[in-house]
Amino acid sequence: MSAAPIAIQERSDLADVRPYGPKPRRMSPGRIGIYAFLIVAALFFLIPVYIMIVTSLKGMPEIRLGHLFSLPHEPTFQPWADAWLHACTGRDCNGLSPGFYNSVKITLPSVAISIVCASINGYALTFWPYKGANLLFGLLVFGAFVPYQVVIYPLIIGLSSVGLFATLPGIIIVHTIFGMPILTLLFRNFYAALPAELFKAARVDGAGFWRIFFSIMLPMSVPIAVVAVILQVTGIWNDFLFGIVFAGRSNWPMTVQLNNIVNTTTGVKEYNVNMAATILTAAVPLVIYFISGRWFVRGIAAGAVKG
Amino acid sequence: MAATDTSVSIQDLSLSFGAVTVLQTLNLDVADGEFIVLLGPSGCGKSTLLNCIAGLLDVSGGRIVIKGKNVTWEEPKDRGIGMVFQSYALYPQMTVEKNLSFGLRVAGTPKDEIAKRIARAAEILQIEPLLQRKPTALSGGQRQRVAIGRALVRDVDVFLFDEPLSNLDAKLRAELRVEIKLLHRKLQNTMIYVTHDQIEAMTLADRIAVMKGGVIQQLDAPQIIYNRPVNRFVAGFLGSPAMNFLDGRLENAGGGWHFLADDLKIPLGTYHFDRQPAPGPTVFGIRPEHVSLNSGTGWPFSTAANVEVVEPMGSDTLVWLRLAKQNFSVRVTSERTPRNDEPVTVGFDPMRASLFDTVTGSRL
Repeated sequence: MSAAPIAIQERSDLADVRPYGPKPRRMSPGRIGIYAFLIVAALFFLIPVYIMIVTSLKGMPEIRLGHLFSLPHEPTFQPWADAWLHACTGRDCNGLSPGFYNSVKITLPSVAISIVCASINGYALTFWPYKGANLLFGLLVFGAFVPYQVVIYPLIIGLSSVGLFATLPGIIIVHTIFGMPILTLLFRNFYAALPAELFKAARVDGAGFWRIFFSIMLPMSVPIAVVAVILQVTGIWNDFLFGIVFAGRSNWPMTVQLNNIVNTTTGVKEYNVNMAATILTAAVPLVIYFISGRWFVRGIAAGAVKG
Repeated sequence: MAATDTSVSIQDLSLSFGAVTVLQTLNLDVADGEFIVLLGPSGCGKSTLLNCIAGLLDVSGGRIVIKGKNVTWEEPKDRGIGMVFQSYALYPQMTVEKNLSFGLRVAGTPKDEIAKRIARAAEILQIEPLLQRKPTALSGGQRQRVAIGRALVRDVDVFLFDEPLSNLDAKLRAELRVEIKLLHRKLQNTMIYVTHDQIEAMTLADRIAVMKGGVIQQLDAPQIIYNRPVNRFVAGFLGSPAMNFLDGRLENAGGGWHFLADDLKIPLGTYHFDRQPAPGPTVFGIRPEHVSLNSGTGWPFSTAANVEVVEPMGSDTLVWLRLAKQNFSVRVTSERTPRNDEPVTVGFDPMRASLFDTVTGSRL
């Protein structure tokens, strides 16, 4: 430690020894502005969440007092239980839980089937180019830009002609089809970024289409598969339009049930139950983001940067 | 070459992508156990040719015969070839052992046979301690050794190397170059090796095929290619520092053929013409190491010049001069380095030179 001052003394020929060493960190006005903006933006989104949570924990008499921001005096979880088990949609008073299970029944197969198909699509388009492959890929990408509303009516006609309209397989097929463009794009770009020599080496080793896919490509696809799972789970879970049109009354997903609970016109509006129901519905995508956010960024980066 | 010891025979091979012709009626016969290097600049078609031999690209015309079997339409695995790539192309999710055994497992080879072959390959390449590691835990040199091993375990007739050392640093490259040479001596397999590195080509090859524009320019032993290049491209591509070229004229004046450029008159009495010379525009080429500086007037040709720039390169020094108003370099040992602007005498024997037709570029 004693060496440093001596060194500076020896260099007294230099009128000013600074700048020397690491640059000091200071809070510049620009940085203060950025933090101020971030805090305001965070509050903007967090205040409604706060209101939802406190309201869902209050009883109806307390809500009628109108103190929107106050914490609950007598916190109760009854609205949550009601939302899950007893809230009414029309004459059925079974709460959200049937919708939750419907959503699970729709989401799991849709996510699995669409990712399996898209990864095979992306793999074939990248490594086994055939005549018209680029055209097909172009059409698929174009499909990502078609507004959903345009194709709803033809799809209804098509599905009902094969007896799949308003059934569970029907809604799964619809979600799979609409996930295909973006997922194929995702997987194709991921595979295109892998070294082509890897594929060549496997062919010299004698592996065929499926062997290369399962033994070499699939094990490498974990990061992009995680991205695909997150995209699809949140997209399908949050879907309302396809659910209400294609699922059929008995398979209505959670989002549709929520809508029906909140919009039920008979009796008193139970704000606490509505808030609890909304939080419950949004919980699944939120949990997925919190758990896998790190993976999501990593997967996106793996697809984008390595290319 | 007798047909029986031909290992790989490429006959009238051509390849085009749409309107772009990459290879044009190319012929190449590789003898059994021979080490052939395909050398050329980027985009000359050397890697494309290798991919055609491997069966990774479909040819547009001609045929490929390996070990007497026409494999033009065969799958890569049925051609009896193993391939080593520039980026190593190791399967990242598999251990070294699984990487080595993948091809054998695909082919359904019995387990004890697989173990035997892996043990042998690992011993030859000295990668036994690495067998349980993943490729990410290996250095570049180790990865390339594993990649070579993957070709080794398949017991193939022909090894194909696609710029295998280009991703390594200079020191490792030199080490692995020697190892590949030793491997070839030990295995006596046919090897076809693609590179743009002339030192690799010179040191490894039994014969070099210098390629440009999808055409083999010259196919011969390294020394012949170096000393008697068939055209100006080959002469310029091989050799570092590069060959000197002087533009001038060929004339039969005053008792024999002379090369004339500006005030320079080089007698060609000792030069061996490949064909009957005729007067006309000509390029005179001579390598920097075949020129002598300040070593008396005993040379068939010598002239005075001034030193312009001196480039020390460690083992020796490159001295740049102006000769006939054109740049000219001379390679001297470090101890004999002249100073800038020093007057020197330049001497050489035209026997070591190469004369090229200015228009066609072919050797005279």
